[in-house]
Amino acid sequence: MSSQFLPGSAKDRVRLAPYELARQLACTRREFLRCTAGIALGSFLLPSSLSARTGIAASKRKVIVITFGGGARDQETFAPEGQENIPHLMRELIPQSAFFTQVVNRGILGHYVATASLATGVYETINNFASLPPEHPTIFEYFRKDLKRPASDVWVVAPSNGFNRIGESSHRSYGPGLGARVILPKHLLTAATSGGTDYDHLLRDNYETPYYTPELGGNGFELQQLGTMLKLSVDDFKAHARTLSSPDELSVYIVRQLMRQLAPSLLWITMHDIDIAHAGTYSLYIEGIRRTDRLCADVWKTIQSEPEYAGKTTLFILPDFGRDSDDDAGGNGFQHHRTGDALSRTTWMMALGAGVREGVVFDRPMESTDLVPTLGSILGFSAPFAQGKPIQELL
Amino acid sequence: MFPSDLKPEQFNGYPPEARKLVSAYVGVLRGLPLSFLPSLLREAIEYDFKFPAERRALEKELANLDALSTEQLRDWLQGFAQIHLSAQLEHSDWINAPAQFVEQLSSYLWTTHQLDAFRNAALAYADRLRGAVPPEKPSAPRVGITIIGQGATTNGVPLFRKLRPHGAYFRAVKPENGLQLLLNVVAERAKAHPVPYGHWYIDGGRAAPYDPALTCVSYHGLEPVRAVLSAKIRSEIERPGMGPENLRTVLAQLRPADLGLPKDGDAVLDRFQVKMLTEGSGTQIFSTTFAQWTAREALRRAQPLTLLVRFAPRQRQKPMNEMLSASHEVAELDPLGSLIDADMGAYYNWLNLQRLPGAEQSSFLVWFEDHREAVAIGPSLPGGTESTTAAALDQLLSWAS
Repeated sequence: MSSQFLPGSAKDRVRLAPYELARQLACTRREFLRCTAGIALGSFLLPSSLSARTGIAASKRKVIVITFGGGARDQETFAPEGQENIPHLMRELIPQSAFFTQVVNRGILGHYVATASLATGVYETINNFASLPPEHPTIFEYFRKDLKRPASDVWVVAPSNGFNRIGESSHRSYGPGLGARVILPKHLLTAATSGGTDYDHLLRDNYETPYYTPELGGNGFELQQLGTMLKLSVDDFKAHARTLSSPDELSVYIVRQLMRQLAPSLLWITMHDIDIAHAGTYSLYIEGIRRTDRLCADVWKTIQSEPEYAGKTTLFILPDFGRDSDDDAGGNGFQHHRTGDALSRTTWMMALGAGVREGVVFDRPMESTDLVPTLGSILGFSAPFAQGKPIQELL
Repeated sequence: MFPSDLKPEQFNGYPPEARKLVSAYVGVLRGLPLSFLPSLLREAIEYDFKFPAERRALEKELANLDALSTEQLRDWLQGFAQIHLSAQLEHSDWINAPAQFVEQLSSYLWTTHQLDAFRNAALAYADRLRGAVPPEKPSAPRVGITIIGQGATTNGVPLFRKLRPHGAYFRAVKPENGLQLLLNVVAERAKAHPVPYGHWYIDGGRAAPYDPALTCVSYHGLEPVRAVLSAKIRSEIERPGMGPENLRTVLAQLRPADLGLPKDGDAVLDRFQVKMLTEGSGTQIFSTTFAQWTAREALRRAQPLTLLVRFAPRQRQKPMNEMLSASHEVAELDPLGSLIDADMGAYYNWLNLQRLPGAEQSSFLVWFEDHREAVAIGPSLPGGTESTTAAALDQLLSWAS
């Protein structure tokens, strides 16, 4: 229990109450956005009904959620020195978005469990590295059960085997048969290229436990369904994969196919390239942020260009959580998200598209568990087991 | 099993010096909360393989706990006493496997939302301990040196952006013979202040010739060890039921001899090197990560008076399309990516140097190898300044100190 590695400045920061640190961070983001993106403080704007703003009935709306993963810090994104890494968010998306500066994740900071918490609206406590379903109903189950939607209307595209169970929970009132279809593009590529070599880095399941790949289970999407559902031959899939530089690019390629062929109403995309930071290589972490920034803009452009989505889709982009601060001696800066400090827990969210006021920033604290009840209000389903509250500014 | 049930013979599985140390304090250990004690034992069980600075800190911490009255002890550790533990943790072998207990405790604290309470308890304890047992001041002002960018050109990447506000940026450094000059400075300091494990040279590639008074660790020198470790990991993960926690446990139990290090080597340094590879993330694959993490751990644990870290190019991370081409070519190097890694690594080296006692007197130099750019930080150099004065690297160090 050595104490010598705790500097005065770090100690002082730690000693601020977590909500004070989170507020400081939110203020920094707000000021930065006001100065560089010219967006207005939104707390004085009166809400009006979403359907009145969009003119679109809830049953016709579509929602796409992108988790900006896995974990990026302010100093490499929204702080002045980080803006060069997110040109698309800064110049194209934020001016069109409602931006929430203070989204706090009070749960476990592991990517699978945190993403599961985002999807259930409850801080899940399942083992981050085991192949287990969330314990509480997911947004996908609420959506399908309440609105009687078919399986083809709800999809998850996720980076690794560990996310295969995220589509449906183990909750006795929901669960098997009511959740989302989950596509793991890397898993598909593994199957498509069986017998190949030199895939170790690409196909490893995640960056935090690079030597371990959980068993697959749940409602997975198999290689043969590429042709039947996405109208994509295995050869074309492999050929296209050879033109891409990362697993997240492959995910976005699959997302485009899904949008064109099945046009699901609820689509959840989990990005993960940024988590290469666990390898300790700052340059690759920055590359991951820049790529994710570009891919978010690509998805937004696809939304605008696809007739099934244009004008009736709301896009949400948010990280599952941040990464450790340089000031916390217990961590190693950007490399991990293990200290649980306020900075690694305090993230942001942007919403843009149908029904969202453009160019406003909201400072008030909210929690990552607020996403599910908010999406419930937008799409017209209830989420009775979710712990969060609907975000009034979006309704 | 609870701490109150402790008996001296239960430490018979500890290495000899650790057993002797802990046995002398069984009385006070019995009064410590279970949420706290295994963290202390995790340090104690490694006592035989710790650096002198770590040993002295642990000895003082135990002596301090022993000197506290029952009421004081309760007051100091009340935050830990309020942590609720599971029966599984209580019944685990926390005496002989304290590191595994701490790992499971960490997971349990996250799951039960007690992490913040534990964190606050740890900070409060650390503050009180620092007050009661002030950290040792160094016998001479510390010097940190980091050399980055071997074989690289900047391609317009601005360097030292995080360090420049803290020191003087020199843009006309004389690069000739720079590495040798700096190694000479380190060797002279080792002779002037002969402290065991007090003067380090860490190289992310192949170490240059160095004075034997230095403690040296190099990525190239550990290549055979990394190969054995890699084979062991591959073999372990193929075993049924092997998960990440199990693998970590297996890796934590590896000893230098298991990885091919000679049995008559420096036991303390060999154990340290093995930990860099088995506990560090990315250290097995990327030399830049290895250099940064090793520097961090050397500073935190050995608290050296001098540390020279030289980053070398790491292997290039292949993009997906190249991986799909299934080639077996030797991994290329990525000098520009490595320069960016090392630039951040230099900043972390400085931050970690600042966390040690005597930081206000320490000096730091970062140099872009074979180039004319450097930043020097020290008590006599104003922050955020620039100089075009032509100067050799050893001159910069003397100005900074």
